[in-house]
Amino acid sequence: MSALQLWRSVLSKDLRLAARRRSDAINPLIFLLMVITLFPLGVGPGPDILSRIAPGIIWVAALLATLLGVDRIFKDDYADGSLEQLCLLPQPLAFTVSAKMVSHWLLSGLPLVILSPLLALLLNLPGSAYGALSLSLLFGTPALSALAATGASLTLPLQRGSALVSLILLPLFIPILIFATSAVESAGMGMAVHGQLAILAAISVLTVTLAPLAVAAGVRMSVN
Amino acid sequence: MWRWLHPYAKPEATYRLVDKLLPWFAGLTVVSLLVGMVWGLAFAPSDYQQGDSYRIIYIHVPAAIFSMGAYFGMAICGAIALIWQIKTAEWALPAIAPVGAAMTAIALFTGAIWGKPMWGTWWVWDARLTSELILLFLYVGVMALYAAFDDARTGAKAASILAIVGVVNLPIIHYSVEWWNTLHQGATITKLERPSIATSMLWPLLISLLGFMLLTATLVLMRYKNQLLKHELNRPWAQAELAQDSSAVVEEER
Repeated sequence: MSALQLWRSVLSKDLRLAARRRSDAINPLIFLLMVITLFPLGVGPGPDILSRIAPGIIWVAALLATLLGVDRIFKDDYADGSLEQLCLLPQPLAFTVSAKMVSHWLLSGLPLVILSPLLALLLNLPGSAYGALSLSLLFGTPALSALAATGASLTLPLQRGSALVSLILLPLFIPILIFATSAVESAGMGMAVHGQLAILAAISVLTVTLAPLAVAAGVRMSVN
Repeated sequence: MWRWLHPYAKPEATYRLVDKLLPWFAGLTVVSLLVGMVWGLAFAPSDYQQGDSYRIIYIHVPAAIFSMGAYFGMAICGAIALIWQIKTAEWALPAIAPVGAAMTAIALFTGAIWGKPMWGTWWVWDARLTSELILLFLYVGVMALYAAFDDARTGAKAASILAIVGVVNLPIIHYSVEWWNTLHQGATITKLERPSIATSMLWPLLISLLGFMLLTATLVLMRYKNQLLKHELNRPWAQAELAQDSSAVVEEER
């Protein structure tokens, strides 16, 4: 089996599992909607305030929703031993685990991109910022998934690792949050957003190419 | 170089080396910190614009530089631990992380004190301050991850990987004052051109820098010594070392 075939089979297995157990993939999204519902109730439903803080709220909720999906990436494969088998294969582990990152993105990042106009509508985001919000999520969430896989691989053997994963990942998420919200805010004020979006895309390219190496090292460490 | 370095994969040899170096580092730390602090805080000329409140630079800048320096050192130890699987490098991580975190906290704290009279606020969310805060979080993450595992070797490996991943933050901190418009002033001495500071102020700053470097090294060495003893507690050499130490204490008490 070539490395590419293995990559595809890992990805399709993950997607098939998610399709048969839908709640795992859908719960983080419902959580995201709930968090976003809390804000208008918490800070008051004034449209001015909401439209000003909307980019931050949506992105912070996206980060939290990403954290909810972290356990799903490796936990089951680690428990049933298939992760160990992947480590023993001659195909490069870094490449194989990147399929895990892609499946995490397809199940948590992509739905966010699709859902983003609805979120923007709920929070009264200015019409000119809709496109920037979707694009910022499209360019930013791959980096989130890559970092999430890194955090997941480092805390695999731990029984109660989820609090620790948040502690590790949130600082690494901060730069993405900064550029993404700045892009959406600029778009809301009618300014150019290419700069921020380009940096987001650059961060994503960098993390998606380099994170698999860290993930592979983390998985090997956890399996031993 | 390998022939020179190789013995130090053995904890006992490392312990001897640390034991030999520590008094020198400690002594020089006291001297250079005293000279740097007294010269900087009492004798260096006042700033024409900031008056005497600029003097906190003699603590703020060295702490900030070595908060990053310690992190880089920690990441290098992590890389050595991962690549060559050297135990003694793994134990450097828990030795360095709290010291680096303390330096980061000092840099943030003195920065806030300096910011109040100069900018009129304790804290602004600009790039330099935020990235330094992220550095503190990274230290906390490395320490928490190291402590979370029952098996110290696994914990050290996980913390090493995280430390290496976090290195991306260092250039962001350093260049944040150039890449973004920020309240924080640009680099004064950590650049290739002539330092933009008067010589009479530069010398005490350089000595304070040396002092903080040696202080970081001394604290790390002290913690590292303990780590070596802790991990090798059941080995004869550690037992002998401890027996010797406790007899010394007894003699002093007498």
